[in-house]
Parts: sequence; structure tokens; C-alpha cells
Amino acid sequence: MSFITYLINGISLGSVYAIIALGYTMVYGIAKMLNFAHGDVIMIGCYTVFTIVSTLNLPTWLGMIVSIVLCTVLGITIEAVAYRPLRQASSSLAVLITAIGVSYLLQNVALLIFGANTKSFTSVVNISALKLGKDGALTITGETIVTISACIIIMIALTMFVNKTKAGQAMLAVSEDKGAAQLMGINVNATISLTFAIGSALAAIAGMLLCSSYPALTPYTGSMPGIKAFVAAVFGGIGSIPGAFIGGIILGIIEILSKAYISSQLSDAIVFLVLIVVLVVKPTGILGRKIQEKV
Amino acid sequence: MKKFTKLFAVVLSTAMVVASFAGCGSAKGGDTWKIGGIGPTTGGAAVYGIAVQNGADLAIKEINEKGGINGHKIEYNFQDDELDNEKSVNAYNALKDWGMNVLVGSVTSGCCIAVAAESVNDNMFQITPSGSAPDCIANKNVFQVCFNDPNQGIGAASYIGSNNVASKVAVIYDSSDVYSSGIYQKFAQEAANQPFDIVSAEAFTADSKTDFSVQLQKAADAGAELVFLPIYYTEASLILTQAASAGYSFKFFGCDGLDGILGVENFDTSLAEGVMLLTPFAADAADEKTQHFVKAYEEAYGDTPNQFAADAYDAVYIIKAAIEKANIEPSASVSEIGDALEKAMTEITVDGLTGEAMNWDANGAVNKAPKAMEIKDGNYALIQ
Repeated sequence: MSFITYLINGISLGSVYAIIALGYTMVYGIAKMLNFAHGDVIMIGCYTVFTIVSTLNLPTWLGMIVSIVLCTVLGITIEAVAYRPLRQASSSLAVLITAIGVSYLLQNVALLIFGANTKSFTSVVNISALKLGKDGALTITGETIVTISACIIIMIALTMFVNKTKAGQAMLAVSEDKGAAQLMGINVNATISLTFAIGSALAAIAGMLLCSSYPALTPYTGSMPGIKAFVAAVFGGIGSIPGAFIGGIILGIIEILSKAYISSQLSDAIVFLVLIVVLVVKPTGILGRKIQEKV
Repeated sequence: MKKFTKLFAVVLSTAMVVASFAGCGSAKGGDTWKIGGIGPTTGGAAVYGIAVQNGADLAIKEINEKGGINGHKIEYNFQDDELDNEKSVNAYNALKDWGMNVLVGSVTSGCCIAVAAESVNDNMFQITPSGSAPDCIANKNVFQVCFNDPNQGIGAASYIGSNNVASKVAVIYDSSDVYSSGIYQKFAQEAANQPFDIVSAEAFTADSKTDFSVQLQKAADAGAELVFLPIYYTEASLILTQAASAGYSFKFFGCDGLDGILGVENFDTSLAEGVMLLTPFAADAADEKTQHFVKAYEEAYGDTPNQFAADAYDAVYIIKAAIEKANIEPSASVSEIGDALEKAMTEITVDGLTGEAMNWDANGAVNKAPKAMEIKDGNYALIQ
């Protein structure tokens, strides 16, 4: 029975990684850049919910909506102010370094506004735990149920959006070839902005789910899950939406199971070891495609 | 080329002037005692840093009102280190530039070890109110007010054993932190001599301190009645929340790192109900000294003092006692003061808030007895 509990906890943790990884992978797929500030957008989203729900005592749904809107605006702004001017830069390193800079900027702004004291996040999930088996031998918390279902819904919605809508097709076209897409009349800048908007809205949702399950909120809350989610995105094949989903879930399960059956100290080492092995065997990740560089 | 030489000359001469000023500052003290303090007043352990800052401040104000130490007033300067080793060393250097004679700090073990590695070069007399790792006092110039970690681990094990708190105990500790793993090791050793069993001992690290579901599940599978948490309150608040939402009903037992859990913003304190901790200070103790301190602290800072405030308050009075014993003047150099106070520390006995008849060995470790407390109705209460 405890194996099933571990597995469910792993899938729950993996679902959070997956939602964050979707943000990484979409931005990489379309803008060909690693947005290292993604984890910190999560943190800003959490503080927004915290401020509205716990400090101002307004309803939770309002906090969630404001948080998603604010993160979307923040994502578009970061892209327009920090990344767009550098898109034509000769070196892709410039954008990478800028992304790291934005990450530190967001952390320090949060430090300035909210201080570094840990805040206890009130869960946005209002479902009581599900007890199965005799005497509740298998307990699934409300947060776990909501996190896993949210992840599946987002995953399906995003796949439909990319494959069935005009804007989604435009994204695919931009990710294949920016120049050709522009010649076909696609507004590349608007498409990239849209990608950042969706990625950041997902970050807000991921943040709420993350902090509902693990309610300690500090300005550095987003950084470690952000890095793990990045690993998940690479694991699944960066640029691939189903890849991020699979990568996230597998990463979460490996982390929890290695903690449970191998060593609670070595779980991170094992996670990164698996990543290295996967990359050695299949450098593009599980579902990654090999893209021919054109000369 | 000529321009460059000129520029070089200007830079060089400026550097020499600055260097000569710096030399002036550190060689000799002035007419007042300059006590510096270092600790996290922001960050994950801010509750400790602020308490130490205020506790020392209160003691210094009292001493100054009564005419200072041997007629010399005290100046006080407290620097934030955000629980970061490097920032703690930077704070130490800033205080040295300010002209510090004696250091109260750093508040946390990791930072204290980093600062002690620097302060030994200056032979700066350093007393840490709460840095409890044995390595904090590895150098001869550093002394502790709090228990060191081995003593906390042994104390916790013998308390649980002799009071029959539980027969099956699980431990969750932070293997990346010296404080936590230090207590755990001694706890495990001492547990062998006690009538209870450690049924599961699980670790976490600084990089994986959000999800505790596995550690809690293992404790439950092993049939533990009590979970021992030799960790800091931020992670403990997460563990309590996750244990409650998964429906476990363990008893929790911690050391002084849990002190502050009731101060986490927006934390549901009912989750901490019944948590037991070993700590040397209880704000509701009935003795006159504690009551006087608690009243004065509440008036000055609007908050009930925790053990860190009491440790810092004691630290300042310990410095006073040592200076009076050594009979040294603040005009002496940092190193002379260091030598004199290090010798005096082994000769004095101080009655403080955190222990009667506290005395020190030459290594810098304190000798006193712990008290056990339980969280009741959202407050720390002494177990009689």
C-alpha cells in the first residue's frame, strides 16, 4: 500500500514539474531561448495570491484570477523589455545571461517588497482528502487530486490549442522557421508574445498548486522547482509539449521513489544521474526531435 | 602612455591613503566599548536574528543606564547576514572597519563558523548566543551561550527516555546542515542507552526541502509514535502541515531550532499544538529575573522574547562579567582584549536567564541544564 502512496505523491510532484516544464518547453520551442526567469514568475504569482487572500482577506478565486492576469502581463513585459531587443543579437548567450539577470531581479524585488521571512501559504484547494482502503490506509490529499487533474487538463488543452487553432499553427510555423513564417504573413513578435503569455499564465497556476502542496513561501520558492522543471523539459525533449508532460511525471516519480527505496539523502543525485544517462543515450530527450541545422 | 602613468600614480597614492586610514582604525580602540552583532534579521531565520538584535540591545541599554562597564559606555552595531555565510563575513569586515572590540554573533551555526575562521586571525573576542555546532567554538577566541549540538542531541534522547514520552521514535533531519546532522548523530548514539527505539531516520537536503511525504510515510509505516525534528522551524512548519493534510497524528519533539515556529506569518498555529521542544528559556517562567526581562522586552519591542533574545541578553552580561574580571580598558587593541577575555571566561560564573551558574571550559562550551517546553494554546509553556 505504501508503494501506491509513494507513486501518487510522485505523480503529484511530477505534475507540478510538468506544468512548469510546459512553460520552459514552449518558450524554447518557439523563441529558441531558455527563460531562466520562469521559476521566479511562479514565485511572483504565489506572492500575488498570498497578498490578496491572506493579507487583504479577499476571496480565493479573485486571488487566482489576479495572479494569472498579473503573471501573464509580467511575462509579456519581460519578453518585450528584456528579450526582444536581444533577439537579433549575434550570440544566443546574451539572451541567456539576460534571463538569469531577470531571474535575480525578480527575486530581489520580491525580497524588497515582501521581505525574506517565510510566509505560510493558505491552500487554494478546498477539497478534503480521499481515504481509501480500510482505516484510510491510502490517503490522497485534495491538493494531489487537483494538481494531477489540472496537469492533465492543461496538457490536453494546450495540445488542442497548438494543433487546432490558427494562433497555435502560427506558433508551430514560427518554431520551424522564423524567416519563412514571417514571409507567410505571420506576425512573429506577436506569436512570441503569445507564447510568453501562455507560459507565464501556466507559471501562475503551477505556483498556486506548488504552494498549496508545500506551503512555505519565500522569494526563492520558485528557483529549485524551476531548475527541476527545466531538467524535466530536457528529459522529455525540450520543445515538445507531450515531452514536458512525460518528463515532469517521470522526474517526480523517480525523485519520490529513490527517496523512499534508495536514500532520502541521495534523491537529487539520482534524479540528475538519470538525466545524464538519458542524455548520453538519447541526446534529444525522450520525445525530442533532431532538428537539422541549416547552413 | 604618459596619461596612463599619471592615472596609475593617482590610483596608487589613493590606495596608500586608504590603506593608512584602515590601519589606524583597527589598531587601537577608543573610550567606549564597541560591541558588534551579526545575524539574519531578514531571511529564513529572521526570527532568530531579530530576537538576538533586540535581546543584546536591551542588555546594552540597561548597562549604559547604570554607567557602562567599568565606567565605559557601550556602542552597539548590528549587521544583517541573511543566513548567508559570505554575507556574514562581509558583515564582520564592516564591523571591524567600524572599530568593533567584541563580537556577539553570528546567530546561526554555519555563519558563525565562517566568521570564526576570520575572527581568529584578529584574535577578536567572539561570543555566539546561539551558534550551536561544535565547530563554532573550534577556535580559542569563540565562546557559546547556548548548548552545543551534541548536548542537545543527548539531552533530547535522555528526556524522551526518562519521561517515557514514546517507545518508537522516527527522526527527520537535514543532512546538508551541520546543526541538524550534529544533533541527530548524538541523538542516535544516546538512543542506544535509552528505553526507546529509533524506527526510522530519514534525511532531506537544502535542495529537496519541500516534499516530506516520503519521510512521513516511512515514519508511519514503521509505527512511530513520535517524530524527532532536530531542524529549523521553516521546514518544521512544512512537515506539520503535510502531516496534518495526510492525516498522520504523530507527536513532534524538537530542539531550539523549532523555537520561532509560532512566528511564521499566516501559519496555522493549531497544527503546532502539543509540539515539545527542549530549549533553555521559557518566557512564562516565574522567577524574578525572567519576568523582569520579559516585561522590559515586551515594552521595548512589542513582542514576547524567545530563547534567542535571552541568549543574546545573557551574552552581553557575560561580556560585562568577563571584562570586569579581566579589568581591561576599551583602548587596548583587539588582540589584547581577546587574550584577556579568553582567560577571564574560564574563571567566571554567570547567573543568566538561560541557566544558573553558567561556566565555560577553555574550549568555549557552556555548562548548564536544559528545560522542556510544550506548545499549548498557541504559546510555549514550560513542562513542570
